[in-house]
Amino acid sequence: MRYIVNTAADRRAMLAAIGVDSIDDLFVDIPPEVKNRYRPLGMGEKSELEVREAVEELSLRNADPHAVIPFLGGGMYDHYIPSVVGHVISRSEFYTAYTPYQPEASQGTLTTMFEFQTMVCELFGMEVANASMYDGGTALAEAALMAERGVGAGKIGIARAVFPHHRRVVDTYTWAAGIDVVEVPYMADGRIDRAAIPAGLSGLIVQTPNAFGALEDLAGLKDAIGDAFLIVSVNPLSLGVIAPPGEFGADIVTGEGQPLGIPMSFGGPGLGLFATRMRYIRMMPGRIVGRTVDAAGNVGYTMTMQTREQHIRRARATSNICTNAQLSALTATVYLATLGADGLQEVAQLNMEKAHYLAARIAAIPGYELAFSAPFFNEFVIHVPGDPQAVRSALQEDGIDVADPRILASLGVNNAIAFAVTEKRTRAQLDRLANRLEALQ
Amino acid sequence: MITTIFDRKGHERVGGLFPPADTPHATAELIPPDLKRKVAPRIPNVPEPEVVRHYMHLSKLNYGIDDGIYPLGSCTMKYNPKLNEDLARLPRFAVAHPLADTSHVQGSLQLLYEMERILAHIAGLAAATLQPAAGAHGELTGMFLIRRYFEDRGDSNRKYILLPDSAHGTNPASATIAGFTVREIKSGPDGMVDLAALDSVLDDTVAGIMLTVPNTLGIFEERILEITDHVHRAGGLCYFDGANLNAYIGRARPGDMGADVFHFNLHKTLSTPHGGGGPGSGPVAVAEALVPFLPVPRVVHRDGSYQFDWDYPRSIGSMHSFYGNFGVALKAYAYLLQLGDAGMRAVSENAVLNANYLQTLLKRVYPLPYDRLCKHEFVLSGKGVGNGVTTLDIAKRLLDYGFHPPTIYFPLIVHEALMIEPTETEGKETLDQFAAAMEQIAREAKENPELLHNAPVNIPVRRLDQTRAVRQPILAYPFTD
Repeated sequence: MRYIVNTAADRRAMLAAIGVDSIDDLFVDIPPEVKNRYRPLGMGEKSELEVREAVEELSLRNADPHAVIPFLGGGMYDHYIPSVVGHVISRSEFYTAYTPYQPEASQGTLTTMFEFQTMVCELFGMEVANASMYDGGTALAEAALMAERGVGAGKIGIARAVFPHHRRVVDTYTWAAGIDVVEVPYMADGRIDRAAIPAGLSGLIVQTPNAFGALEDLAGLKDAIGDAFLIVSVNPLSLGVIAPPGEFGADIVTGEGQPLGIPMSFGGPGLGLFATRMRYIRMMPGRIVGRTVDAAGNVGYTMTMQTREQHIRRARATSNICTNAQLSALTATVYLATLGADGLQEVAQLNMEKAHYLAARIAAIPGYELAFSAPFFNEFVIHVPGDPQAVRSALQEDGIDVADPRILASLGVNNAIAFAVTEKRTRAQLDRLANRLEALQ
Repeated sequence: MITTIFDRKGHERVGGLFPPADTPHATAELIPPDLKRKVAPRIPNVPEPEVVRHYMHLSKLNYGIDDGIYPLGSCTMKYNPKLNEDLARLPRFAVAHPLADTSHVQGSLQLLYEMERILAHIAGLAAATLQPAAGAHGELTGMFLIRRYFEDRGDSNRKYILLPDSAHGTNPASATIAGFTVREIKSGPDGMVDLAALDSVLDDTVAGIMLTVPNTLGIFEERILEITDHVHRAGGLCYFDGANLNAYIGRARPGDMGADVFHFNLHKTLSTPHGGGGPGSGPVAVAEALVPFLPVPRVVHRDGSYQFDWDYPRSIGSMHSFYGNFGVALKAYAYLLQLGDAGMRAVSENAVLNANYLQTLLKRVYPLPYDRLCKHEFVLSGKGVGNGVTTLDIAKRLLDYGFHPPTIYFPLIVHEALMIEPTETEGKETLDQFAAAMEQIAREAKENPELLHNAPVNIPVRRLDQTRAVRQPILAYPFTD
């Protein structure tokens, strides 16, 4: 095996030093019945060249990205990733390091974690962020558990227009925790129906832009829910132009960080974003890095506030999370550092402007109309004439992919298709889509 | 001097990454005034050459497996093959959208499907899910599965999960979040589960046991078949934490030891890089009786194509927004293709050989509380080195010698623990050098303990003040504007 360093002579010398005759002598503690039951996979060793070719061939069973134009959203989007990002995260000092348990040997990772926390706070308008969660869905589920720890009402409200794939994770975690989840309907404009928010909640979960792309109006929402935590799930890229949830009194802000320079990679690894208020820090899940000084008085960074965490608090920890999504967090950090505040605003504007161009073009086609009147960012829903599956198939024949309309139908929006538009879409591609729909008439 | 990106002077707009807008709308007119961002995030505009130098500099303050031995016990810091990094970046895999039409992502689906089958076989169990995004997430998935299993049987009485006192901290935390109450069982004097202590707590209130095999002392539970049999007879289920699979991969299977649920750490045993704290992947394999409860969607092969199947009404639900960390599973898949059966056997053979060899060298110098054959790791004690020297001092002094220290102060059942796992990708020469440094440090502890108390001195920062970090928390950049 190529990655073994010991030679046969090394192995003999080591066995002699240990005082045993053979390798098998090192495994005498495994019961013979167990060893006898072992069944091999039936796989031979393969060379690097053979494995490369086999995996490349498997990749060719996926569609050619140049042959399919994606208008797919749902928290993951086809954004441009600047070259710098891949080069920095390919530094093996970063990607082959473990969790920074020895801070003196991990200042690179720790400093970037501190930068990441700062950037998340800046984007979200919040006071403290953790070093990441697994993805958007698990970050939201952990937020529900934290609100329950904080308030203890046994009940979480969740806007119906939260991504169904995030909602499912919330449902799983809250089921185990014995927390009731109450769905809050949306109004005709696509936004949460405030009048339908029940009383006595531990937390209210809203998402903006929501599953329809609609930007929720967060003003006054915190005041409307009493002691309950206001939990807001956001698309971080939208915050280049949209006011951050922190300005509206959010207690916890979460999000899927994939839009910040992370490849879609069939849905993972993503990046769970999680931020809260300083007064709740003891309830917060996940790792946190802080600034301190070394024995010579120089600035350095270390993991801190660890008495919340499983390796110290064990059964009473705020979460069981250990390994999270550090390299994705580094990716987002380098992405944001490369863009700067101005670049972030620029890319957010491009997303928004192109999405509105496409929406206007489609809505001008007879029989097609925007399903909701609320303002949107880079994703929107269109009511289509006839069977949306037929429309989707027609688009696919022309090399255009949109999400399965059954996802919207599961949220009570029938005969509709969602479109997501990023800075990568050219006006020619947007026109091609609109023209194709026109031609269906 | 460590600086952050926020210490850079702000430049005027940098631009040049994206083409100018080619559509007529202006954002200013699209956003209602109350939704408009009024204060920009304080992220400086830094030209690319400066961004690159900033992060290159930071990378050099880090120690990775490519720099040298990284013997963190229970973390299995083995070499991460470069091939796998290339393959994860193959464009058709990297840009696959999770909601793409399944006809466009047959390669990704086939990989998930085959990987689940390979992992189930390695575990000796019926089926697997790739949804869990890390080891602790796998534990949580497993605990949810056990919870649902008993719920489905109408058995609401089983509220306890048993845990040996040597368990990882994630185990009790995962069991608690899943709604169970943890009951700890003391290890026997041989470092293994005491069967009598186990029997004394086994009854119809016990949902199951969480075991790490080999345990965190690096000792294989020799009575594993009795342990799992006793738990099963009491109606409970057996969860195996797979953090230590490197000790026996290719030679034995948890399913053959009585495991009902088993989680893998692809970022440990199967060589995917840890990334400074993730992303990992914690697939879970289960016995037949638990298959109906696995997370949805599941990947199936039907009518000649790979598809998602949601129709599992008894499922626990979803554990991940999509299908788990595909990019990590891909690297582990490529690793397993290279290894084959013989390669897996070579992994455990050399991992265990290296650990026993290093244990033999170091037990002459440091106390070895459980002096016996170990598997892939072993635990020394820094207690008794003398002159007020602690395990922390030993660890910091190792940094001065250019080595990453072992896991320290864990497991909790050994005082001043030093938990050492060399892995199979270190050679005898490196182990000899590491042992020599450890011997030198033991000598220094006797002759010149100040060297240890003051360590490290040869690396970019000296010992960091942890107390200050807690008492005066600075958790984000202290902007002055």
